[in-house]
Amino acid sequence: MRASDRPPEGRAIKHCPIVLALVLLPIALAAQSGTTPPRLEVPYRQFQLANGLNVILHRDTSVPIVAVNVWYHVGSANERPGRTGFAHLFEHLMFEGSQHVKEGEFDTLLEAAGGNNNGSTSNDRTNYVVDVPANALELALFLESDRMAYLLDTMSPERVNGQRDVVKNERRQSYENRPYGMASIELDKMLWPAGHPYSWPTIGHMEDLTAASHEDVVQFFKKYYAPNNASLVIAGDIDFDRTRALVEKWFGEVPKGAPVEPIAPPAAMLTAVKRQTMTDRVRLPRLFLGWLTPRVYAPGDAALDVVSSVLAGGKNSRLYKRLIYDTQMAQEVNAYQQSGPLGSSFIIDVTARPGRTMAEIQAAVDEELAKLRQEPPSAREVQRALNQIEASFYRGMQRVGSFGGKADKLNSYFFAGGSPDYFAEDLARYTSLSAVDVQAAVTQWLPQDRRVELIVNPEEKK
Amino acid sequence: MTRRAWPLAFGLRPLGLLATGLATLVVGLLGSATTFTQAGADRSRAPGLGPAPQLKIPPIQKRALANGLPVWIVEQHEVPLVQVNLVIHTGSGDDPANAFGLASFTAAMLDEGAGTRSALQIADEVEFLGAALGSTSSFDSSAVRLNTPVRQLRPALALMADVALRPTFPAAEVERLRQERLTALLQAKDDASAVAPLAFARAVFGPAHRYGTAATGSEATLKAMTAAQMRAFHAARYRPANAMLIVAGDVTAAAVLPQLEAAFGAWPMAPPAPRTAVPSAQQLTAGQVTIVDMPSAEQSQIRIGWVGVPRSSPDYFPLIVLNTILGGSFTSRLNQNLREEHGYSYGASSRFDMRLSAGAFQAGAGVQTDKTADALREFFKELKGIAAPVSEAELAKAKNYVALSFPSEFETITDLAAHLEEMAVYKLPDTYFSQYIANVQAVTAAAVQKAAASYIQPEKFAVVVVGDRKAIEPGVSALNLAPLRTLSVDEVLP
Repeated sequence: MRASDRPPEGRAIKHCPIVLALVLLPIALAAQSGTTPPRLEVPYRQFQLANGLNVILHRDTSVPIVAVNVWYHVGSANERPGRTGFAHLFEHLMFEGSQHVKEGEFDTLLEAAGGNNNGSTSNDRTNYVVDVPANALELALFLESDRMAYLLDTMSPERVNGQRDVVKNERRQSYENRPYGMASIELDKMLWPAGHPYSWPTIGHMEDLTAASHEDVVQFFKKYYAPNNASLVIAGDIDFDRTRALVEKWFGEVPKGAPVEPIAPPAAMLTAVKRQTMTDRVRLPRLFLGWLTPRVYAPGDAALDVVSSVLAGGKNSRLYKRLIYDTQMAQEVNAYQQSGPLGSSFIIDVTARPGRTMAEIQAAVDEELAKLRQEPPSAREVQRALNQIEASFYRGMQRVGSFGGKADKLNSYFFAGGSPDYFAEDLARYTSLSAVDVQAAVTQWLPQDRRVELIVNPEEKK
Repeated sequence: MTRRAWPLAFGLRPLGLLATGLATLVVGLLGSATTFTQAGADRSRAPGLGPAPQLKIPPIQKRALANGLPVWIVEQHEVPLVQVNLVIHTGSGDDPANAFGLASFTAAMLDEGAGTRSALQIADEVEFLGAALGSTSSFDSSAVRLNTPVRQLRPALALMADVALRPTFPAAEVERLRQERLTALLQAKDDASAVAPLAFARAVFGPAHRYGTAATGSEATLKAMTAAQMRAFHAARYRPANAMLIVAGDVTAAAVLPQLEAAFGAWPMAPPAPRTAVPSAQQLTAGQVTIVDMPSAEQSQIRIGWVGVPRSSPDYFPLIVLNTILGGSFTSRLNQNLREEHGYSYGASSRFDMRLSAGAFQAGAGVQTDKTADALREFFKELKGIAAPVSEAELAKAKNYVALSFPSEFETITDLAAHLEEMAVYKLPDTYFSQYIANVQAVTAAAVQKAAASYIQPEKFAVVVVGDRKAIEPGVSALNLAPLRTLSVDEVLP
């Protein structure tokens, strides 16, 4: 498996491992079978309201539903010291009511209309998804616009306290009480320099969650939750003109905010090997190797996705075959590029079989990486990975809503600074790669002497 | 971090709707029509809803191959992909009493060597096509599922047919998978959210009933299982008279049928081994509490319930609505109480596992360790409270949520095929999906109350808590729910 099972607040979302897991076929296969699949295209209309809100509309009538997808261009990277986890805590508060929506009504109104909703926070952005039957579009716009304009009118310390407890339990469930759950937090701390916004966890430190106050909520909303710092995608069974009129009606009155200054992170570079061990309540040790890699869409980023597939995507991938299939020294291996706008990391993790050592596993991993530095992968290995990636793009075109659906992807591409319909170009980043590009990415970005090595050992039996 | 991973993961919605044969479903009406004026927004009340849209589902074209294998085809031309599922009417429910895990292991072995290809060759060829091919089994059925670019359908079908019909069960691959499965069992012991459902199933169904043990079996049965058993199981049960093909995607019936015939037509027609139904489990008659010790755990994983109903229950629709109100939606009583009101948990939910025989009803959550007893008290408050009549508003919200969100369950060909599988496995009538919404909307408050009286009897429920015994036992014990015992993880997962 290529994609990691990391919880979704990671930067991975940016680059949606789910989409990658899905893909498949054009150019290479065209040569083989003689037909080319249709070019990926997601036609859209785009406009901006006077208050700066960017709006993108896409019509897809295959199922009578509409996805209303809002991205606020703020994430845990915008947090200040002592308030880690705040962007995500704030996300929870967005569902608790606003001036014209009583506490609880956000959910009850949507459920009674047959709708579903969710939100997620990453290092770099916060997204909100509301999927409704097509007849409930205006209800969704009313709810989204009300919390964008009037969240603070009914916000109270009690509401903050309530969601603080929920978020702390989310952290307990996803990190403390989950096997190896604390490792990803440690790994980010080792990879990124102190003060870098990717060095702290999106879920936040417990003491910072405790410290978050009602006044923090007020300031954060005013600073980051303005329409000019957001983008709204509406995709599905819609009429363009009527939808535009509804957007103007409901969002037009939201006041514009001050521009948000871009983040200026400290330089991040690994200059040596950093080693660490930790313990957890687990029966088998797990090895993590991590590198700092090019930011999303930069040269090398796509090649490293292909590297992850060549290393750990399927039974014939280098590490899977060596560690799990042939020697059976490991139970599980994952390799993944986690791409973000301020930088990326590439992670390999391997869980040992009972009785096998981290040393022999790490030696085997290093041998396989060395082979890839010395000699490019075979044409078939690369093509196999590209065909999988291409198929996943097509699979991703079926869904308009939820996380990773077309609405979310349009917002993702827009947020990255490109055209919302960047699907074909994004795919071309992969299909244009050669085996030599894959080799070069390993050589340049995954050196043995500049990386992080983290081992999670079982706690001693008491 | 997402807002609500847990309730969704715990899952509860029934599978949704599909029209067979024809085509159009009115999804219901809610509220009054709205006019779309440009004037300033009136926020004094939420906008009304127009008439609910109609969901158009292409018809199911029902055919059969020459050997009798039924084929259901639904054309869906949105993307150049096709989903092909071979469903076999056999599953863990057919495991022999001394070989729990056989159906699961057999299904997992199908792509580990088939026809003339090795496990590695199969994987390489499937991936090179850009396809996904997997084999799996549940308590009720087994399946080989293919999702492929439509222009690779022919070679992909050839691989699929080898995997489904001509697996070779190589000894070395059996050993490899055995070790993988044994290690996975070992790893499950680290994870409270993995231990809890296994401990709960054991408490409700006991060690002898098939549902009391994981589909993958136990350490002892896994160690004893042989390739010969798997070959025999496959030969006896993977038969055309016991199977069917479901096709959804960018194909026409006329074009795909010859390809299916070429791939599956040679499957001999011999009758399958007769199927014995999983016996109904003995219902619990008195409450019991089990603490499974997980020292230092920051949360306790709670499961509460007893034997529920089979998928064929005549009370299916009242139970779906009942569960939506109790723990099957974000605004359900359990989630509102445990998460929104008290903040004890990231999410609480409930569900009925409906299988060919009665599976469990269960409510559950992960709760912070120091609130374990408080959370149990609130669970029981809600489980008892559901006996009282539900209000019309709560009933309408639940029914609309289930009925009106139907269309969203048909976005992908994979979803579509899964709905058709449900129809086939549980022998649902042709009108099932076209009548689904009407059946949901017909549920009355009285029917919900009656279902609650029959199927939610908290004083007889089994309670399983996987957590830090030292910290939670005094509080749990003081609740005096029922006789309490404590077990180690190794005792629960021998």
